[in-house]
Amino acid sequence: MNAMIRTFAVLLITLACAAPAFSAAAQPPAQEPQEQFRPVTELPPQEQYPVLPLLVGAYVFVVVVLFVYLFSLARRLAVVQREVERLDADLKRTSRA
Amino acid sequence: MPKWFMPAAAVCGVMFAVSPLIIANAPYEATMGLVQKIFYYHMPSAWMFLTAAIVCGVASVRFLATGNLRSDRTAWAAAELAVLFGLLTLVTGPLWARKSWGVWWVWDARVTSTLVGWMIAWAYLILRRYGGPGSEKLAAGLALFGAANVPFIYISVNYWRTIHPPTTVVPTLVVDMGFPLMWCVATFLLLFIVLMKLRVRIEEQRARLDAIHLALDA
Repeated sequence: MNAMIRTFAVLLITLACAAPAFSAAAQPPAQEPQEQFRPVTELPPQEQYPVLPLLVGAYVFVVVVLFVYLFSLARRLAVVQREVERLDADLKRTSRA
Repeated sequence: MPKWFMPAAAVCGVMFAVSPLIIANAPYEATMGLVQKIFYYHMPSAWMFLTAAIVCGVASVRFLATGNLRSDRTAWAAAELAVLFGLLTLVTGPLWARKSWGVWWVWDARVTSTLVGWMIAWAYLILRRYGGPGSEKLAAGLALFGAANVPFIYISVNYWRTIHPPTTVVPTLVVDMGFPLMWCVATFLLLFIVLMKLRVRIEEQRARLDAIHLALDA
């Protein structure tokens, strides 16, 4: 089982190393990259609606994922700390006896 | 937990709560308009993803060289944060790209190498979870590939043809755009430190649990 997992890991590493080389030649860009961000004060009206779900979606996604992860960390820490305290008490009882 | 932890967590929470107001006051970008504001969370997430990969790699080298278990725990925690911040980067990026590039995804060097880095972090966690005894050393070796991928991700936009903005964008930002970005970078960095401390703490407690089990069995 361990040998299988190690073989799988080696394959994964090989794939991970080779993938960028294949992708570098693929899909020439349709436009030139933007060299600098230029600020403007007025937003064109046609910009406003189609963009809003993407923008709000991005921010909501970040906040929700971070909260879920924080909650998961707090829960895992509480479980392991409870277990440590319980076993610590057992250990003290055993050593007294 | 150390004394600095709760104040740092509180400051981080406040900075996070204030960040949307600061971003809302930042000017719109001339070509991309409103959607460019995703940048203020996308780029700090990406920087934290790269930071996590480097921390994981450095801690893994230390673990392989010295067998230091604290380094191993640090590497494990950093790999989990690499998955977390990598996910944020890889989701917010396409949401931005859909509007500014017209597509959700392009297989260019930056985006693909970021995906590869994220997959390496996942591979690390899967190895640690299911690899059995000895997997920590194999995972540490994998973390080196993850860290080696970081410079490649960073410079990829400057050397390969891509429509992703190059690294020169950040130094040329005007103050009104640079301040919100730096605010978000500071917020995410503080968040990274707080999450890292919490995650390492879990591994410390698990190690303590193992030690107690051994003492009870003896």
